[in-house]
Amino acid sequence: MKITQGQFSFLPDLTDDEIRAQVDYAISKGWALSVEWTDDPHPRNCYWNMWGIPMFEIRDGAAVLFEVNACRKAHAETYIKVNAFDNTRGVESMVMSFIVQRPAIEPGFGLQRTEEHGRTIRYTTHSYAATRPVGQRYG
Amino acid sequence: MSEHAEIATPPTSVDLQQILRDAEIQPVIDSLDEELVGLAPVKARIRDIAAFLVVSRARSQLGLESGTPSLHMCFTGNPGTGKTTVAMRMAEILHRLGYVRKGHVVSVTRDDLVGQYIGHTAPKTKEVLKKAMGGVLFIDEAYYLYRPENERDYGQEAIEILLQVMENHRDDLVVILAGYKDRMDTFFRSNPGMSSRVAHHIDFPDYTETELVQIATRMVGTMNYRLDEEAQQTMAAYIQLRKQQPHFANARSIRNALDRARLRQANRIFRQAMEANTTVDAEALSTICAEDIRASRVFSGGLDA
Repeated sequence: MKITQGQFSFLPDLTDDEIRAQVDYAISKGWALSVEWTDDPHPRNCYWNMWGIPMFEIRDGAAVLFEVNACRKAHAETYIKVNAFDNTRGVESMVMSFIVQRPAIEPGFGLQRTEEHGRTIRYTTHSYAATRPVGQRYG
Repeated sequence: MSEHAEIATPPTSVDLQQILRDAEIQPVIDSLDEELVGLAPVKARIRDIAAFLVVSRARSQLGLESGTPSLHMCFTGNPGTGKTTVAMRMAEILHRLGYVRKGHVVSVTRDDLVGQYIGHTAPKTKEVLKKAMGGVLFIDEAYYLYRPENERDYGQEAIEILLQVMENHRDDLVVILAGYKDRMDTFFRSNPGMSSRVAHHIDFPDYTETELVQIATRMVGTMNYRLDEEAQQTMAAYIQLRKQQPHFANARSIRNALDRARLRQANRIFRQAMEANTTVDAEALSTICAEDIRASRVFSGGLDA
């Protein structure tokens, strides 16, 4: 199951040139880029691991690609995303976020039902990959 | 669908003039010629490199792919001979021909690359490299990166990262190393890896005295001042004397001398106006006289910066 989170996730995976073009756009807007990775793909997991500190004062998308490739090398079978942060006063939030690497096999999510008083049912999703310990989830 | 689909064939000839015009290289080279005094061998080399880049561009248009040429350079010469200025122009030429995507220059020295403790160097160097990507990384006094007397020096680590990026990211950035000729030679001898990755070595000669006077005249011109007749002669005499002294830094020394002359000129005008209780005109405000230069310590056997 292909996980669809962030921008472009319904498109085929971006090539390196496409990633660089997106990053160049973010740079032209003056946004700070950062690279993050995780092996817990739950949609509510907003705490991905930072790959290095956010990049300020870069002029070209190649710099971000350089870090993305370093991250890919270190964390081959994980999700990696690129974020762009707009620090304009009043905005101060992530304005771009897209996945640039995903594991070869994505087992997807299971739907869990919890019965409560009466006939109430509460639903939650659960990542099959996350049942295994950190570091053994993919590949 | 037609069965005889058009297959795009590469053109068989390329108009070099067209490439030159499209890239607007000529204005950059012309301005280099105009704005920089002397430096004939440097200008010739830059023209060579520009021609080489244009031809490589033409070759790639004809499908004669030869890979990105190695463009890392080494500028050697004494201080104040125009290495940084030429590096800026070089970046512009490379940018216009499409060899670097953004064409900015990031100027660094050892302190910007080498860390202070274990594990500090790699992130620091990478940070600088990332900032320079898409442009030119200008490393001034690059030989300070290598300190053979201290085998635990972190400079070596910076060199290794630099080498790796110079090799693997040739499309992303161009590195220009700069420094004194003799020390640069020693640096290359002890770092053969670096030497083999730097394709173009350009030596910047010292300026002659006439060239220095020319530079001085231009500098005052850009500052909206002028040297009067006598001041020009005094400047020539100053240069002759200053050149004999230690720490002579070519154009930079001239700039410093002129800055001090401007201070003295301001002082003189102020004094004169106060004494005579008169107004000053633009002519007086923009003229540097002989006495402004003559007051320098150099003429009394002293040292000037």
